[in-house]
Amino acid sequence: MEAAIAAQGLRKRFGSFDAVQGIDLTVKRGEVLGFLGPHGAGKSTTMRMITGFLAPTAGGVRICDTDMLSEPLKAKAHMGYLPEGAPCYPDMTVAEFLGFIGAVRGFDGPERARRVEAAVERTNLHGVFHQPIETLSKGFKRRVGLAQAILHDPPVLIMDEPTDGLDPNQKHQVRELIRTMAKNKAIVLSTHILEEVEAVCTRAVIINRGTIVFDGTPQALDAKAPASIARNRLDHVFRTLTTADTESRR
Amino acid sequence: MSRLAPIVRREFSAYFNTPLAAVFLVMFLFLTGIFTFNVGQLYERGQADLRPFFDFNPWLFLFLAPAISMRLWAEERRIGTIELVTTLPISIRDLVVGKWLAAWAFACVALVLTLPIWLTVEYLGEPDRGAILGGYVGSALMAGAFLAIGSALSAVTKNQVVAFVLCAVVCFLLLMAGYPVVLDFLGGWASPGVAEAVASVSLLTHFEPMERGVIDLRDVLFFAAVVAAFLWLNILLIEWKKAD
Ligand SMILES: Nc1ncnc2c1ncn2[C@@H]1O[C@H](COP(=O)(O)OP(=O)(O)O)[C@@H](O)[C@H]1O
Ligand SMILES: [Mg+2]
Repeated sequence: MEAAIAAQGLRKRFGSFDAVQGIDLTVKRGEVLGFLGPHGAGKSTTMRMITGFLAPTAGGVRICDTDMLSEPLKAKAHMGYLPEGAPCYPDMTVAEFLGFIGAVRGFDGPERARRVEAAVERTNLHGVFHQPIETLSKGFKRRVGLAQAILHDPPVLIMDEPTDGLDPNQKHQVRELIRTMAKNKAIVLSTHILEEVEAVCTRAVIINRGTIVFDGTPQALDAKAPASIARNRLDHVFRTLTTADTESRR
Repeated sequence: MSRLAPIVRREFSAYFNTPLAAVFLVMFLFLTGIFTFNVGQLYERGQADLRPFFDFNPWLFLFLAPAISMRLWAEERRIGTIELVTTLPISIRDLVVGKWLAAWAFACVALVLTLPIWLTVEYLGEPDRGAILGGYVGSALMAGAFLAIGSALSAVTKNQVVAFVLCAVVCFLLLMAGYPVVLDFLGGWASPGVAEAVASVSLLTHFEPMERGVIDLRDVLFFAAVVAAFLWLNILLIEWKKAD
């Protein structure tokens, strides 16, 4: 089987600005890829091209052997996506919203109810199931977004800053959830929190100004720091990788 | 497989989840009553027909239709759910058509709620039912055309107020194009061909025969073509501008 996610030569140009300048990425099932980089590095833009929201200026994406550009609906069916900020319809209750997502994904009747129930169970949403989403706290909203993304148990899961803005307990819950799903999915999550990589990821990819500057295990990332540094070693490596490059470009 | 049904259901129920659409609906019905009975003198005319109602109907839809359609895409863009729905396994065509169908269904609910006015003239006399039915068909088609225009225009902005104004202005121009004042004005200096062309794109020109009970297939096709053209534009606008 081909890799679950295969992105080749992805580029995105906004006007005269190159946001993403040639990214190659293959992710297999069982991998949890932490996508790191400073603000504006091009993480969201890359994920939006992988999920088919943005058309790449150049390059291609295959999701589970299906080409995103030529067969977008089939490719999207293999994929769950949590966009940045976890947008949901505020006027709907959690039950209505997840039911709607299930229906659009083609589930009916008892099958849909079963899927919604399983997603609610995994994301701990029972307590707010019949509450309108606009009345929920940030942590709950994020979990609704996650529930929506995993409803169809997709082989590919893409999450843009899933823990951003959550308190430590909520972060912990989301990471636990990711860990329980890691075994048979290809997961990509973006973050600018380095501890997240050590906590849940099997692989770290750092991008800066639209290009990959590191791709390896969290251990390999750690090993790049000089032995003399005892604390915040990843921070040190991150800074070296993402600022040295900036300087050299200027 | 088409996945229109969940889109239509969600969008239609969204009109009842927020008070705004209901407020506009009530205003529409209230103004319909005032214009039909007070301004249009339905009783005083001494004729059992709905002419005053249908004469004012397009002008009332001129504010109801933008109020219904402004939300469709502008809100989706503002709260970012456009990124969610366009990465679900559903085509943009199905999203656009589903949203428009929901909006049209809501407009048809508004029309159905005016049926007591018909009952009133039935009670008062022997109205020409063909003309009334034709008028209702025409109103529904007119509303459908306005809503397609409004849906397409709500795709260009994140701001519902902007979407409302754009839709109202475009629909206003398309209505006015059929008015004798405009046509006389054009007739004064433009060639007759121009005046005729302007009249033929006016929604009103194609609405008036129906109001008299004449449902000409060409008029129906005209409205269908307006809907199809604007929904097609809507699809293009979403494809081009969804990420802006
Ligand atoms: N739709 C857009 N139009 C123009 N520029 C954009 C657009 N989206 C993103 N950008 C720019 O592309 C760069 C990368 O953005 P983004 O991918 O959101 O970064 P990240 O998610 O890593 O913080 C930023 O400089 C941003 O301003
Ligand atoms: Mg981002």
